[in-house]
Amino acid sequence: MYGNAYIDPNAKLPSILEGEDPVKLAEFEARIARGEKIEPQDWMPKEYRRQLVRMIEQHAHSEIIGALPEGTWITRAPGFRRKLALIAKVQDEVGHGQLLYSAAETLGKSREDMINDLISGKSKYSNVFNYPAKTWADSAVIAWLIDAGAIVNQLANSKGSYGPYCRALDRICAEEAFHLKYGHDNVVFLATGTDVQRAMVQDALTRWWPPIMHFFGPSDRSSKHTEILMRWKVKMASNDDMRQQFLNMYVPKIWDLGLVLPDPNLKKNNETGLWEYTEPDWDEFKRVINGDGPCNAERLAVRRTAEENGRWVVNALRKPDEKYVTPLA
Amino acid sequence: MNLTDNQVAALKDLLYKMADDQLILGHRNSEWTGLGPILEEDIAFSSMAQDKIGQAYQLYSILNELGESEPDTIAFTRNANQFHCCDYVCHPIGQYDFSLVRHFFFDNAELIKFNTLASSAFDPLAMLARKFKGEIKYHTMHANTWIKQLAQGNEESKTRIQNSINEGFNLALGIFEQGTFEKELVDSKFYIGEEAVMNEWYATVKEIIESVGLTIPALDLSNAVNGGRKGQHSSHLQPMLTEMTEVYAIDPSADW
Repeated sequence: MYGNAYIDPNAKLPSILEGEDPVKLAEFEARIARGEKIEPQDWMPKEYRRQLVRMIEQHAHSEIIGALPEGTWITRAPGFRRKLALIAKVQDEVGHGQLLYSAAETLGKSREDMINDLISGKSKYSNVFNYPAKTWADSAVIAWLIDAGAIVNQLANSKGSYGPYCRALDRICAEEAFHLKYGHDNVVFLATGTDVQRAMVQDALTRWWPPIMHFFGPSDRSSKHTEILMRWKVKMASNDDMRQQFLNMYVPKIWDLGLVLPDPNLKKNNETGLWEYTEPDWDEFKRVINGDGPCNAERLAVRRTAEENGRWVVNALRKPDEKYVTPLA
Repeated sequence: MNLTDNQVAALKDLLYKMADDQLILGHRNSEWTGLGPILEEDIAFSSMAQDKIGQAYQLYSILNELGESEPDTIAFTRNANQFHCCDYVCHPIGQYDFSLVRHFFFDNAELIKFNTLASSAFDPLAMLARKFKGEIKYHTMHANTWIKQLAQGNEESKTRIQNSINEGFNLALGIFEQGTFEKELVDSKFYIGEEAVMNEWYATVKEIIESVGLTIPALDLSNAVNGGRKGQHSSHLQPMLTEMTEVYAIDPSADW
């Protein structure tokens, strides 16, 4: 489950095209414009590789960190049906992580390096997972709406230019579609259930709405960086466009269930066809993405402990003379 | 098939033992989801957890047909002393070597159990056993591969696996604790009995363990950690059940 690669608008960007061979660059861009996929052995600009590694890696981290808030509800899921479905769902997410680390490895960075960068705090992951899943209903809201948001993003990115990432995303989207059904079914049962169930799901939705609005990231339409990444089909839609698409698909479904969203300004403008909403608190978003959210420390600590506890297994399997990742181009 | 009261009681006893083992071990295995030593093992343990919990559901469904409550009620409303699982499956996951060795010991026993149950005189169980043994075959393949791999990895992994074998062996013997209806089950040809399963199990795991230079303790039933089959459990089970039923208990009559 993943929103979007976060590009800090204030970060000093390297000169994206500096030092690139203009002839190769023109060929590369022409291939992308024709809708061809770029494969690991093909020539690519340094910034293309750098951005893709960063993006696929963040996506992979989001999958395995995302397994934690929902994973805590596996042992408490009410009844066989939910218990089995939730284990399968979280297992899928970990599987997506595995698939994506492999896709990123084709660009020359090993899984081990990526995981080290995750647990040292150097790499980011989707901000939503820094919020707690306090009740069973939180796990339902996550499975429905966070996965729904992820599908909007991943479907767009599956039409991107890097072959291994697109193929991974095709498979991921197929599985996420089941998660969405599971999440929706779960929310429907709570929203149409007893007073206690209904209050539980309303409370979860109210708490999760701000992180959901943050999910696609701040407005980035006007960034020069975005423009080049969109031309290279690394980024396929602006954050605002994806947020609009999500609101258009899911707000009516939420309202249909009689649930209330905590934004009095949320409405569709029929003239523009766009949703109007209260701008989310982007200062909070930045604070959380930079490490100061309610669960950042806990999530990384759990991951770090898992890595430390499992280190002996990895060491026992390792053949010292074997080289695991070769940068291919 | 017309069953006598005694046969029904014997079958219920057998089904509860097996279903409770599956549910509790499946639950424990699911605790690895998101925390495995490598992603592939995380995924494998989740997958086996689903098989086990799914098998528990189907065994509880046979119990339901024999007059017991619905599977959800059976699984989510009993206290520890009403469970008939062995003590081994109740233990927390611990480090990966403990969980792996438990998976190795337990699933090898289970494969033998379900292989023989495939020809049980009680048809509903025989039919399930034929389905389950196909699933469990992959679990033992997984366990045996990893035991061999880590026993031949490096000094640390070899020591850890040996220690977990030593630590788990008497607990594993508790899998074969006989119930009060053992004779009835054997006489009715419902089940070949715990002793026969255990003997085959010991030969199987001994061969694998010794093939990679590790040792297995001698078979001495006086050391077996028993009691689980009679509802006498160590302190591990009740906290696990309290967690498992936390949401269900909010309103057991609600549809979740």
